[in-house]
Amino acid sequence: MNGLAGTGSLVGFIARRERVRLAVWILILTVLPIGTARAFLGLYATDQAREQLARTVASNPAMVGLLGPVYGSTIGALTAWRVGTLGALLVGLMAVLTVIRHTREEEETGRRELIGSTVVGRQAPLTAALTVTVGAGLILGLLVAGGLMGTGLPVGGAVAFGAGFAAAALVFAGLAGLAAQLTEGAGAARGVAITGLGGAFLLRVAGDGGEASGLSWLAWLSPLGWFTRLRAFAGERWWVLLLSAGLAGLLVLAGYGLAARRDVGAGVLEPRIGPGSASRGLGSPTGLAWRLHRGSLLGWGIGLAVVGAVFGSVADGIGELIADNPQMAVIFERLGGERGLTDAFFSAALGIVAVVAAAFAVRAALRMRVEEEAGRAEPVLVTATPRLRWAGSHLAFAILGPVVILAAAGVTAGATFGAITGDVGGRTLSVLGAALIQIPAVWVLGGVATALFGLFPRFTALSWAALVACLLLGQLGEILQLPRWALNLSPFTHIPRLPAPDLELTPLIWLVGIAAAMFAAGLAAFRRRDLD
Amino acid sequence: MESVISIVGLDKSFGQTRALDGLDLHVERGEVHGFLGPNGAGKTTTIRILLGLIRADRGEARLFSRDPWNDATELHRRLAYVPGDVTLWANLTGGEVIDLLGRLRGGLDPVKRKDLLERFDLDPTKKGRAYSKGNRQKVALVAALASDVELLILDEPTAGLDPLMEAEFRAVINEDRHDGRTVLLASHILAEVEALCDRISIVREGRTVESGTLAQLRHLTRTTIAADLEATPAGLVGLPGVHDLKVTDHRVEMEVDSDRLGEVLSHLADLGIRGLVSHPPTLEELFMRHYRDEVVPG
Repeated sequence: MNGLAGTGSLVGFIARRERVRLAVWILILTVLPIGTARAFLGLYATDQAREQLARTVASNPAMVGLLGPVYGSTIGALTAWRVGTLGALLVGLMAVLTVIRHTREEEETGRRELIGSTVVGRQAPLTAALTVTVGAGLILGLLVAGGLMGTGLPVGGAVAFGAGFAAAALVFAGLAGLAAQLTEGAGAARGVAITGLGGAFLLRVAGDGGEASGLSWLAWLSPLGWFTRLRAFAGERWWVLLLSAGLAGLLVLAGYGLAARRDVGAGVLEPRIGPGSASRGLGSPTGLAWRLHRGSLLGWGIGLAVVGAVFGSVADGIGELIADNPQMAVIFERLGGERGLTDAFFSAALGIVAVVAAAFAVRAALRMRVEEEAGRAEPVLVTATPRLRWAGSHLAFAILGPVVILAAAGVTAGATFGAITGDVGGRTLSVLGAALIQIPAVWVLGGVATALFGLFPRFTALSWAALVACLLLGQLGEILQLPRWALNLSPFTHIPRLPAPDLELTPLIWLVGIAAAMFAAGLAAFRRRDLD
Repeated sequence: MESVISIVGLDKSFGQTRALDGLDLHVERGEVHGFLGPNGAGKTTTIRILLGLIRADRGEARLFSRDPWNDATELHRRLAYVPGDVTLWANLTGGEVIDLLGRLRGGLDPVKRKDLLERFDLDPTKKGRAYSKGNRQKVALVAALASDVELLILDEPTAGLDPLMEAEFRAVINEDRHDGRTVLLASHILAEVEALCDRISIVREGRTVESGTLAQLRHLTRTTIAADLEATPAGLVGLPGVHDLKVTDHRVEMEVDSDRLGEVLSHLADLGIRGLVSHPPTLEELFMRHYRDEVVPG
């Protein structure tokens, strides 16, 4: 049988199921660079202002590490620097989630079997998922290129920028296609692919941030580093796109190779057998929740501890000379800090970590919905387990999990930074504090997810929309000069920056109160509603 | 005697769909009660109300004379439930799930657990995803049957089991009956219900259409009669209680209302009977009649 039979109709089927989700991704990722370029046109109208920004950034390894190197002082080059790698990272996430959803998840739920029994070739589902994802990447690339040209930026750079996004979609779709062959569970496959994505991000941070120490080759190992190396708007190096194409080709070939060899439903990694009876700990809702959440808590904790260590190691070497320059201070305030470049850097870096921790909180809270929809809440709730006890066992992870994750990232960031500057104790404490102070905002997002779960269980996906909105407001709100009220919508806006001479507790108390109210509302509603 | 389950006039709608429309159900202590009905008749909705997972719009549901919604947790200590479609946690083994659910209910009989694992031929060391549908069902069955509870609520528990395992299931339920356990068995498998159940309730479109012992239900319905007669059959058309009459030469086939059986037989005797085959309605016929025909009240 033709291995690709039926691909065409599957492409149409997947595109139909994804039409809203992919449209939202494409919209956000198109607005990101175009909005930034437009804002920069107003913010840095003169050549002088732009050159000053570029010079400041270039002399600051930490900022180069976080966002990538600056290759020029044109509006285009600054836009590529400011949102290029963040955008490419999000493009990669879009690709990973889409491909896994239509490959391994379909197999895990058994829908693949239904499709596979019709006239559909062995390689058709993977091919269709890759086609739709790469197609979305190409559409995104075209829109970005067109939009940047429409802003008045040079054609070559605009095309390179768009091509860079499309290339990220291509590479990470290939990676996800490979990951989908490895494990039986979609969750594990997603974990493998996202670890690859995070690894690519960290290689780029370490390479760019460690340029002075001759580590810049590390960034060349990262598909996300290739985006900056493409040098959009700064003497484009088109051949870098060949690296993406080559790697994507290898990944796709490997994926096809494994897909041809394995059984439908099975992974390359064999499932192991386990104990025939439960250990003493597995006899309560809490024991069950621990089994369900411990793997992801460990994975996220280790991942963000590594992120923290990388951030900490590039934070050194921030020139005090720039801090003395009041004009530069203004520029850096826009990058997320109030005093001191190191603090600005850690604020920005930990702000990103906090959003990831909030993603964990949302995921842990929404595990209740996953369990309910899969019919696994029912067997527990028809035992002598009250609903609130069951919900509480999951929410414990939504509330305490982010604390663990932020603490891990804060400790590693502070300790590595301290080891370099010779003040391990002091630095660890101050950076840990800057990490932990984010917790109230993280809880608000966990509260949003819980409230939706209780009150509007069909719309729990909106919690992810809220999270993305917070990420974009935090990353771009200041640059786009959004009105104050819009920025205030994100709980992260209200987190005081540390270290500060006198800490303002009022906003923190408010955030904790709001989070608590939403948790309570969600639980109260859940106790009263019908189970799906 | 205290009713274990007592439901009167239960209503439940999901949006535009009316799932239950005045449903009644009574299950006495110690009986195995068959709960029959076509797909979408409201069996699972009724069970979910009894389990306190959803709330009825109107009507009264009582479990051990208590309210299944408000007293859910205490009531759940006294029952075990097997859903029709069992999903397991991917990273827990079958044995772990059995122990977990047992402990959450308040205790598991280790001897019974071991015995049931053997009888159902279930490997408890596999992880959730590795089990077939039938084996997932067995995990839930062992967890429920090994629990020390008064009431078993089983929603199509043998869906996906092979005939050998089904026989084993029947044997276990019969033993439980001797131990005085009450069982509510929602099922499609009529042979199973016929073999196990003391009493039966048939639901259709959210309403109970029949309830009673199998003998009572049979009495309410028709007997199939085929007879070879000496004379050409006459006078049968229009005779009260005769339905679906088919005449070929000297042979008649018909269905007769059970309470008119005597009159019809004496009429046939007058015509001279050469051969007679009569059989009471099987549960299947009973069932089909309720499914297909419009329900006649009373």
